Amino acid sequence: MTTDRPEAIRVDGLHKSFGAHEVLKGVSLTAREGDVVAIIGGSGSGKSTMLRCINFLETPSSGRITIAGETVAMRPDGSPADRRQIERIRQSLGMVFQSFNLWTHRTVLENLIEVPVHVLKLPKDQAIARARKLLARVGLAEKEGAYPAFMSGGQQQRAAIARALCMEPRAMLFDEPTSALDPELVGEVLQVIRGLAEEGRTMILVTHEMKFAREVADHVIYLHNGRIEEEGPPDQLFGGPKSDRLKQFLKSVA
Amino acid sequence: MIRSLMLPRRLAMLAILVLIVALVAVYGRWDWLANPKYQALILRGIGNTLILLVLTMGIGMALAIPLGLAQAVGPWYLAVPARAFCGLIRGTPLLLQLFLLYYGIGSLFPGIPGIRDSFLWPVLRDAWYYAVLGLSLSVAGYEGEVMRGAFKAVPHGQLEAARAMGMPRLTMFRRIWLPQALHRVLPTLGGETVLQLKATPLVALITVVDIYAVASRVRSETLITYEPLMLLAVVYMAITGLIVLMFRWFEGRVPQRVA
Repeated sequence: MTTDRPEAIRVDGLHKSFGAHEVLKGVSLTAREGDVVAIIGGSGSGKSTMLRCINFLETPSSGRITIAGETVAMRPDGSPADRRQIERIRQSLGMVFQSFNLWTHRTVLENLIEVPVHVLKLPKDQAIARARKLLARVGLAEKEGAYPAFMSGGQQQRAAIARALCMEPRAMLFDEPTSALDPELVGEVLQVIRGLAEEGRTMILVTHEMKFAREVADHVIYLHNGRIEEEGPPDQLFGGPKSDRLKQFLKSVA
Repeated sequence: MIRSLMLPRRLAMLAILVLIVALVAVYGRWDWLANPKYQALILRGIGNTLILLVLTMGIGMALAIPLGLAQAVGPWYLAVPARAFCGLIRGTPLLLQLFLLYYGIGSLFPGIPGIRDSFLWPVLRDAWYYAVLGLSLSVAGYEGEVMRGAFKAVPHGQLEAARAMGMPRLTMFRRIWLPQALHRVLPTLGGETVLQLKATPLVALITVVDIYAVASRVRSETLITYEPLMLLAVVYMAITGLIVLMFRWFEGRVPQRVA
């Protein structure tokens, strides 16, 4: 694995508590440009929280987040000190949610151009051209005028991926992108994500799809009870897990 | 539109309506309608009623949005006063509020020395402004409560998606939260607008000349009892129909499907 590529996302000693309950007990991660990092683990292991701390949808209790060399300024309690900086960093990280979260009062095309036009101030015709290209890429060219409620879960998730890409982000964050889908719709979404991995996009992927993680990831992190129990290249982690917990986990999801 | 009118029960209702109108038109006394003085008054009355309705719904909603937001997500020092205001408005009769504003607060002003020479005096002594204020506050109180629920009902994920994409808070409110909240309550707002129309005649009791006041004046001057009331019914029904059509159009603009 080459290490000369610049770091895109770096998490150091991240802690997160909800009240008295400590969900993350000091986890770290480094994704260089073009890396695909998969985070796996049982429910309640803290994997989604870890991902959501990267773009501050959850406020870390302590630790350090560095995006493309820029460390996020945090107050002593972990909350972001500079709202503008957070907004800028979020614009560079495309987030895809488990429940899609397309804006229901806007058509698919309007969903895609909303932030490019109204936040990034891209001229509308340019944004539309960019959006149409992305919609064609995720196989939704003919759906641009549709409202999300009239689309299948798989279509909605592909549109949500296109919406994130439309900001031309530096990296993509996927929070269990296929967990809310009917089994027969999972494939079409994974195919889109696989395509992104193949073109060398930096991605952090929280997933339950072990086969998929093994296939696309460069690095896999297994979280258990808020700690990194084991991590490494996918073949090593899935092929020869060392810790008993990971062995047990892989057996339970197989 | 035409075909939906052709249902038997609708045809029957239509026939009864036509019959009533015909009877009233033939046997009623309508000569006062030809009087230019009353024609001008009626137009002015309808105009005032419409202006009152639009203006007070507008001002009221503009106040209701911050009131609802304060109650839904505001800190306690904003939420508590907002809740108290809505409780006060909803808990007392509108007529009482109008009387307290006009005969209460309004009657205090003339006691202030020099106020009669002030540029504010034409406003302070004019019942119209008390009517606008009273009706607007009423809308604010009721719709503030409606908007509280509406803001809370927008799914968290909708806002989280906006946050995750780096949308500034004000943009998120303007582009995502408010439109979704308003869309959710459009059917309620339509109904509330109709109710507000029917609350406007109360201003006649503080000397504002709306269509109700005009009808009352016609009745007392001509001693004709029923016909002016018929005119009132027709006017209010026509405006109600307009409101219903308008809101139906609004609601149709974003197709919704219950998932």
